[in-house]
Amino acid sequence: MIRDITLGQYYDADSIIHRLDPRVKLAFTLIYIASLYVGKSVYCYLFAAAFLCGLIALSRVPVHFMLRGLKSIVVILVISALFNIFVIDGQVLVRFWIFRITLEGLKTAGLMVVRLILLIVGSSVMTLTTTPNDLTDGLERSLGFLKVIHVPIHEISMMMSIALRFIPILVEEVNKIMKAQMARGADFDGGGLIKKAKAMVPMLIPLFVSSFRRAADLALAMEARCYHGGEGRTKMYPLKYKKEDFLAYLVLFVYLGCMIALGRLT
Amino acid sequence: MSIALEHVSYIYDPDQKVKKYAVRDVSLEIKKGEFVSIIGHTGSGKSTLIQFMNGLLKPTEGRVLFEGQDVFEKGFSLKGLRQKVGISFQYPDNQLFESTILKDVMFGPKNLGQSREEAETNARAALKVMAVPEASYDKSPFELSGGQKRRVAIAGILAMNPDYLILDEPTAGLDPEGRDEILELIRTLNWSQGIAVILVSHSMEDVAEYAKRILVMNDGQIIMDDTPREIFKAYRDLETIGLSAPQVTYIAHALAEKGFLPYDTNVMTVEEAKKEILKVLKK
Amino acid sequence: MNKLLIRIRDLVHEYREYDENDVLVRTSRALDGVTLDVTEGSFVAVLGHNGSGKSTFAKHINALLMPTEGTVIFSGRDTAEIENLWELRKEAGMIFQNPDNQIISNVVEEDVAFGPENLGIPSEEIIARVAFALERVGMEAYRLSSPNKLSGGQKQRIGIAGLLAMKPRCILMDEPTAMLDPVGRREVLRTVHELNRDEHITVVMITHYLEEVTDVDRVVVMDQGKIVMDGTPREIFSRIDELSAHHMRVPQVVELAYELRKEGVPIPEGILTVDELVEALCRLR
Repeated sequence: MIRDITLGQYYDADSIIHRLDPRVKLAFTLIYIASLYVGKSVYCYLFAAAFLCGLIALSRVPVHFMLRGLKSIVVILVISALFNIFVIDGQVLVRFWIFRITLEGLKTAGLMVVRLILLIVGSSVMTLTTTPNDLTDGLERSLGFLKVIHVPIHEISMMMSIALRFIPILVEEVNKIMKAQMARGADFDGGGLIKKAKAMVPMLIPLFVSSFRRAADLALAMEARCYHGGEGRTKMYPLKYKKEDFLAYLVLFVYLGCMIALGRLT
Repeated sequence: MSIALEHVSYIYDPDQKVKKYAVRDVSLEIKKGEFVSIIGHTGSGKSTLIQFMNGLLKPTEGRVLFEGQDVFEKGFSLKGLRQKVGISFQYPDNQLFESTILKDVMFGPKNLGQSREEAETNARAALKVMAVPEASYDKSPFELSGGQKRRVAIAGILAMNPDYLILDEPTAGLDPEGRDEILELIRTLNWSQGIAVILVSHSMEDVAEYAKRILVMNDGQIIMDDTPREIFKAYRDLETIGLSAPQVTYIAHALAEKGFLPYDTNVMTVEEAKKEILKVLKK
Repeated sequence: MNKLLIRIRDLVHEYREYDENDVLVRTSRALDGVTLDVTEGSFVAVLGHNGSGKSTFAKHINALLMPTEGTVIFSGRDTAEIENLWELRKEAGMIFQNPDNQIISNVVEEDVAFGPENLGIPSEEIIARVAFALERVGMEAYRLSSPNKLSGGQKQRIGIAGLLAMKPRCILMDEPTAMLDPVGRREVLRTVHELNRDEHITVVMITHYLEEVTDVDRVVVMDQGKIVMDGTPREIFSRIDELSAHHMRVPQVVELAYELRKEGVPIPEGILTVDELVEALCRLR
């Protein structure tokens, strides 16, 4: 059933990674991504990959879940790899028609593919071990400093969590609307691009109308429950750093140090 | 002329080891001109079942026959089926989208390939049948009250001239007056135009008054298929599956238990109950 | 004698429609001089057909709408004064018709915590209040569920728990059962009746189902923005002609009793339940 779809891609398990504070995991992801651009040698990537394997093992999420995210970027990977192989100048290995493949090209392409894979899998570790709710909570707290320059960070995270709640409802609604229109002879799959786009109108208008009504209803319900922005608001479960979290920060900085050192050495 | 379901089942997620059935091995036939009602609590499989009837949903097992022909066989026009078997879903807001009521009702006929004039003639006729005042044809459907929206939505199906009309909770959320109006219009459609009506409803009072045949669903299966009178005789069984009989049925049974009314008294409407009680009192 | 909780005097509400140039094109009077007192701890049902003004009326009690004319005083505070707003909405919680559109979080307990969080209550107390509220509506087993997996009746009970966690004195309900099936309808009604009885919470319920109001303390019927009938269910249901004139349909047992009386059968006025009618008829034999 459509209502059962999981948003984001949280994988429920009990592991040290799951229990970490979302702010720690956000920092991990950011620094891990940055580290991939600091060190550019083969050793750096080997180290980064080993580190990531360690995290995956700790997270108790099956490896194929981690690799799932790669499926969607296979095309991008292939295209950019080919681009690198053919365009970069250097020692020519093979030459045919107007193409030539260079050693440098192959090297760059290989490293780039590895970097992208690490990047995607690295961020999957966060999204698979953190519930969407914790994630928005973590974002709100770690980006709190932006309030100083008038970025409405509380409002943004409130919007994100409301979106998380309503997306499955809207998906189901789309399904219902399409069925109602199909019962009136509407055709959603046939025809060319323009015909397809036109066929969407009878689906989109009821969807918009209902979304606006839901938004108005929800705003009223929130007001009736005394919502008046982030000011003076408390939390049932406020985020609190635990011992493991500090330890995790320590591990993170040691990792970053190693990456920088490895980058310098080679 | 009929819609027939032959041993149809619908399984959510067939890959799962433990199969979860929405509908399980249902066979039934609905003939042209009938007034059938489907009752059952939420999640009993009613909405899955009605979607088989016009090919919006393909059963995992079993066949759906329209006038003897398998509707999921190659070459069978599902669009043609949806013209003959109309479904008006519970929320009219899920289908109204055009700038005027008239245009919205024309959407169905136009999808069937009718010309603008033809579609307009059919739309006007359907709106008239559903008692939508002509002065409002150029109004936006979004300005209407709940009861009027519902009537326009049903007109949108009627404009395709179906032989069967399936109505999913057409009175949900309406006030008593709006409810009576819609049900009266539907009854008229059934006897004056011979359109078969399949009414999905929670209100036992409505079902008792309007339907000629009732299908009771529970756990994806049809557990009773009979006249309202016979169905409501078994009001104790209905209660075990979260349903009930009309209130007057309870009054008559309570009176029979006290020896006031004869034991075989079986009433479904206030009018009938009054007659039976007066008969006893005037003796 | 119970204390007065809500005091409404000559309440008028007008909806004004403007065109693109801010020129007033239409005013419609949704409420036209409503005067009503509600005592603390009572269960009041407000009946009326669609468009009778009953929803507009309810939204005035917790200051979601402001009077065009007249006053609404809730527990001594004027709803028109802005400084009373949050105190007022904390004490007068509201349940709406569509259960989906009032649940904010995608975890049940977090949704129940939403109100107290807005009030700035300390975390430990929120946890205690949420536990109490969920237990009170019988939904503690669903604490960590997603609201999307609940039935309509269960969602409304979560909504009620969300109000309970704010410790309200009054619960306003705007057609809380209109989108529910009979099972969900019974669940919700049972829950509010229990809260009214055990927690002494005042309930104002807007509905158009007469069968839902046979066991309330007081029934108010509205039509065209005015209060047209006001009394106990027994009094109201014995005036069946008046009710139909205001487009209301009574439960079958009331209708049957009325029809029998019209035929000269000597049964008492104001019969509300199956048992009462059966008893009255058996006495005639």
